[in-house]
Amino acid sequence: MFQKILVAADGSKHSIRSAEYALEIAKKFNGKIDVVYVVDGQMAKTDVLQARDKFELEKKRKEKLKVIKDLLEESSVPYETHFLHGEAGPTIVNYANDHEFDCVVLGSRGLNNLQTFLLGSVSHKVAKRVDCPVLIVK
Amino acid sequence: MRIEQLKQEWFGNVKGDVLAGLVVALALIPEAIAFSIIAGVDPMVGLYASFCIAVVIAFVGGRPGMISAATGAMALLMVNLIADHGLQYLLAATILTGIIQIIFGVFKLARVMKFVPRSVMIGFVNALAIMIFMAQIPHFQGEGWVMYGLVALTLAIIYIMPKLTKAVPSTLIAIIAVTVLAVFGNIEVGTVGDMGTITQQLPVFLIPSIPLTLETLMIIFPYSLALAIVGLLESLLTANIVDDMTETESDKNKESRGQGIANIVSGFFGGMAGCAMIGQSVINVKSGGKGRLSALVAGVFLMFLIVVLGGLVVQIPLAALAGVMIMVSVSTFDWSSVKNLHKLPRTDAFVMISTVGVVLYTNDLSKGVLAGVLLSAIFFAAKISKVKVTDELVMKEQKRIYRVNGQLFFASVSDFPKKFIYTDSVNEVIIDLTHAHLWDDSAIGALDKVEQRFEQNNIKVHYTGVNEESKQLKEKIGGLSKAASGQ
Repeated sequence: MFQKILVAADGSKHSIRSAEYALEIAKKFNGKIDVVYVVDGQMAKTDVLQARDKFELEKKRKEKLKVIKDLLEESSVPYETHFLHGEAGPTIVNYANDHEFDCVVLGSRGLNNLQTFLLGSVSHKVAKRVDCPVLIVK
Repeated sequence: MRIEQLKQEWFGNVKGDVLAGLVVALALIPEAIAFSIIAGVDPMVGLYASFCIAVVIAFVGGRPGMISAATGAMALLMVNLIADHGLQYLLAATILTGIIQIIFGVFKLARVMKFVPRSVMIGFVNALAIMIFMAQIPHFQGEGWVMYGLVALTLAIIYIMPKLTKAVPSTLIAIIAVTVLAVFGNIEVGTVGDMGTITQQLPVFLIPSIPLTLETLMIIFPYSLALAIVGLLESLLTANIVDDMTETESDKNKESRGQGIANIVSGFFGGMAGCAMIGQSVINVKSGGKGRLSALVAGVFLMFLIVVLGGLVVQIPLAALAGVMIMVSVSTFDWSSVKNLHKLPRTDAFVMISTVGVVLYTNDLSKGVLAGVLLSAIFFAAKISKVKVTDELVMKEQKRIYRVNGQLFFASVSDFPKKFIYTDSVNEVIIDLTHAHLWDDSAIGALDKVEQRFEQNNIKVHYTGVNEESKQLKEKIGGLSKAASGQ
C-alpha cells in the first residue's frame, strides 16, 4: 500500500521526526523512501553567501540531511535523497504528483496563527494539493 | 557560440520569460526611481539606466535569467560625485566604469573575486542593506504622522499582499494604492515630482559634456574603480545565486564583460551605472524566467510604461518609495549571519562586523570591502604563521633532532631562530622539515641564520624531509643569502 514514500526534509527537528515515521511505514510495507530537500530563493541567497564555492555549498546542504541519512542508513530500507529548487510547497506537490508517490510525510513547523498567516503553512498547501495520502507529523 | 545554444537561451522558455519579464519590469520601476533619489539625480537617470542595462545585458550577459539594472549599491557610491560635480561627471564615470569592467572580463579577472572572503561578502550585503535604510531617514525629517502612516501602509501591503495573490508584485500594488490614496484623499505629501521631472521620451545618445582633461579623469577614476569593483562583486554573487536556483552554470568572465558593455551604453544614453540585482533576479526566476528574453522584456516594458504613464509616476508619494526601500533593505540584509554570529569563528565575525563598520563610517562600500579583505589577509597570515618546533635528543649519537611543523614565510619566521638551543652540547642537529614548507626568501634566510648560529658553536646542521618545491627554493636563494651574510 505504501511502497513509495516521500519525506520532505529541511534538517529541522520536525523533519527528523517525520523521517522516523516514514521509516516505520516503509518497514511495515517493505517500501522505499525518497528524501526531498527544497531550496527556495531566500535559502539559495543565504547559502551562496555563506559558502565559498559550489563544492562547499553542496557539502553544507548534505550535512543538513546527515541525521536523517544516518537514520535511514542504519535501517535496511532503500532510500534516495534529492535536492530540488523552487518554493517549498509547490515543488513538493509537483514532485510527489509527477513521481506517483503512495504517501507523503512531512513535519508541521508548529507556527502560531499569526506566523501561519504571514509565512503560510507548507504542510497545509501540500496536504490540499497532493494526490496521495499525506501524513503531517506534529 | 553555437546557434543551437543561443536559440535555447533566447527562445527556450518564451512564455515563462515574457511573463517573468513583465513582473520584473513592474517591480523595477519603484526601485529605479528610489535609487535615483538616493543618488541625488532625476528619476529618469535611474529609469534610463535600468532600461539600457536590462536590454543590453539580455544580449551580452553571461548569466541568462539574471536581471541587471540601476542598483542601490551603485547609487550609494555615486552620491558624492553627483553632489560635488553634477550629472555629466556621473555619466562619464559610468562609461569609465564599463571600460574597467570590460578589462576585468577580457583578462578573466572574475577569478580574483574568490579572494574576497565570504565574511567580507556578508559584511558587504549587510552594510548595503543598512545604507539603503539610512538613506530613507532624511525623508522622515520634518514630516508628520501622515508620512509614517503612509510608509506603514506601504509596508503592510507589501508583506500581506503576497498571501492573496502573487501574480502582480506586491510593491507595485502598494505604490498604486498609496498613490491613489494620496491623490484622491488630497493628502499633502512630498512626491516623486518634487525630486525631479519625468520625461516621457526614449533615451537619446549623448556624449557627456565634460572637459576631456587629465583633471576630469582624476576626478572620476576613483569613483569608476569603486563602481566597477562593487558592480562586479554584486553581479557575480547574484550570478552564483541564479546558478544555484536554476541548477545551471554560467560564464562569469562573459558576465563581467557584459556588465561593462551595459554600463557604457547606459552612460551614453543618460543612465547611471548599475549591476545585477539579487532581489529582482530571485523574483525573475521565481516567476518562471530563466532565459535571455526575460531581461529584454523587463527593460522594454519598463520603458514603455514610463513613456505611456510617466505623467502618473510624478504623483507617487515619496512615502511609498521609502516603504519599498525599507522592504528592499530588509530583504537584502543577511539575517542568518546575525543569528549565527556566535557560531562563526571569531575572526570571521570580526571581519564581517569590521566591513560593515568601515562602510558605515566612510559611506563607501568599496572601502569596506578593501578593509575586510586586508583584515582577513592579516588574520589568515596570523593563523598560518604559527610554526611549531619540537625537539628530541639522541644521546648516543650526540645529536638533537628538531621537527618543524608549519608554513615558513615572512610573517612566521621572526621568532623562528629563537626556537633552537644554540649552546647545546651536541655535535650535530637534524632539522626535519617533513611537515614544513618554505615559501620565500625570508624562510631561507631564517634557516640560514639558524644554521650559521649552530656553526658558530661548532654544531653541524643537516636537513631532512625537505619537499621538492622547498628544495628548489632553497637551492635558488639559499646560496645567495648566505653569500650576502658574508659566509
